[in-house]
Amino acid sequence: MAIIDLANPTRFLRLSDRLLPWLIGATVLTMAAGLYLSLFVSPDDYQQGATVKIMYIHVPFAWLAMFSYTVMAIAALGTLVWKHPLADVSARAAAPIGAAFTFLCLVTGSLWGKPMWGTWWVWDARLTSVLVLFIMYLGIIALWRTIEEPIRAGKAVAVLTLVGYINIPIIKFSVDWWNTLHQPASVMRMDGPAMPPSMLTPLMTMAVAFTFLFVTLHVMAMRSEILRRRIRTLRQREAAGAASVATATQDLKSAASTASETEPAEVQS
Amino acid sequence: MLPDLGNHAGFIIASYAVSLVVIGGVIGWIVTDYTRQKSTLAELEARGIRRRSANTDAKS
Repeated sequence: MAIIDLANPTRFLRLSDRLLPWLIGATVLTMAAGLYLSLFVSPDDYQQGATVKIMYIHVPFAWLAMFSYTVMAIAALGTLVWKHPLADVSARAAAPIGAAFTFLCLVTGSLWGKPMWGTWWVWDARLTSVLVLFIMYLGIIALWRTIEEPIRAGKAVAVLTLVGYINIPIIKFSVDWWNTLHQPASVMRMDGPAMPPSMLTPLMTMAVAFTFLFVTLHVMAMRSEILRRRIRTLRQREAAGAASVATATQDLKSAASTASETEPAEVQS
Repeated sequence: MLPDLGNHAGFIIASYAVSLVVIGGVIGWIVTDYTRQKSTLAELEARGIRRRSANTDAKS
């Protein structure tokens, strides 16, 4: 089956029916392994102590906050350039999940920052750009709800999403471009990860687990969105059907009244 | 049985607890929404309102 065949929502629903049990299984297994490695196996950091355990959720949340937005940006291209039938659906389904991951990134970062930096929040480039990302997500969700017609809403959201994508490289490179309280990248570096395997393994396991979680939730939310659009279409058809019946009844009534007005004249003549 | 989380155990537990609550909420919302959409669609189809492509979908 070619990828383009999935553009058919019915085929997508059928495929997702078969795929979802595997995705849920993979999420549960990797999450269980990741939590075990993070909470029970990984050593304490020599400076941070056990607080380093927050890293195993905070960093995947940060990656997924950006990954969700990237999925939405690709979907936005699908909407504007290829008019892909599932592109809008994909973008709309990803937005609340991405917003949740961004929110968790901010909250867990704050909970990590207080004992390590002595403050819950600081207006440095990394933290501020992630806050901007969260606000972007909320704006996109609000825009979806403002425009009732899904195709028009999809186009407006696609433009906003693509414009907002400029924030993603800013988040990624903010720690290199500006002096920030936030530490620089320690995993995705040109010279390899600056982290021992005993910490890198739980972190990567949790990252894979949360990626599976995102994909599972995204597929589930896409299914709901497809059904929501079908319901909208059916209700429009129902309303159109009721309107045409009402028009036909009105026509019959006016024809009958015209006939009753002309009959006496014919009798008189 | 939790491992020894040191002086800052409250911050670590709060991080994992908030994550659990938010992710649980998102999962609950998505599952509830799907169930609601599915039952609404079934109700409309039971009233005889169907998509034009419903027959084509059934064949493919």
